[in-house]
Amino acid sequence: MAIALETKLIPFALKGTDEKEYRPENYGGAKVLGVIFSCNHCPYAQAWEGRLIEMQRDYAGRNVQFLLINSNDPAKYPDDSFPKMQRRAQEKGYPFPYLFDETQEVARQYGATRTPEIFLFDERRVLRYHGAPDDNYEDPGAVRQPYLRSAIEALLGGKTPPMTETKPVGCTIKWR
Amino acid sequence: MHIELLYWEACPSYDLALQRLRELLAERQIATPVRLIEVTTQQQAEQLRFPGSPTIRIEGQDLFSVPDGPYGLTCRVYRTDDGRVTPLPTTEMMREAIDGILREE
Repeated sequence: MAIALETKLIPFALKGTDEKEYRPENYGGAKVLGVIFSCNHCPYAQAWEGRLIEMQRDYAGRNVQFLLINSNDPAKYPDDSFPKMQRRAQEKGYPFPYLFDETQEVARQYGATRTPEIFLFDERRVLRYHGAPDDNYEDPGAVRQPYLRSAIEALLGGKTPPMTETKPVGCTIKWR
Repeated sequence: MHIELLYWEACPSYDLALQRLRELLAERQIATPVRLIEVTTQQQAEQLRFPGSPTIRIEGQDLFSVPDGPYGLTCRVYRTDDGRVTPLPTTEMMREAIDGILREE
């Protein structure tokens, strides 16, 4: 079960595709911090990937930071191995760190089950939105409810997101 | 005519694929029921040559050509004509594929 709204961010330290260690507290200046469980192989993650990249670029100048985390077992899904993560981050020009949760401990602590699955924290690092990026994984042009973007805008404006929780839609996290 | 939709429960879009398939069959006045096959194990996936969920076959022919493996419990990646990745084929992709298979018969 995913952590509840209003829960404080759970700290972690994970290796990024650039071999550096990342911690959420490294982004103390971020007004909004998105912890996003994702992966390489999943078509849902791939379908939303471009939108996440675009959002990170759109909001980079407004102190919004995403941290992407892959928690999948690469023994079962080789496309989600660390070297494949490195390749994807480079090929797609990820504007956010892409972190490997090798022990799957972070996914378990957050109660994440799907890729992608968003946990969006405000400036006090309190969870304010949890769920899917938007309401249409198939077609960015057909999105009616841009949940994540709306939540970010609301938090930047000091307001409550219009939707605080939606059902995460995607592949299951591949446990060991 | 044999029409099958193979799926893995962990991929959420198979019901939408089934709905689209049934609508397209109805458009063509094909009353053959769609046989739903749930794939639950890696061994079964290999036996059924299942490249991912959802997979649709008419007369044993995959609506969308796939390389020979790998087979397994995974969500299938489809690509639209404009290069987008999607977890299930669009209605238009399915329409073209079904028409192509029916023309061959």
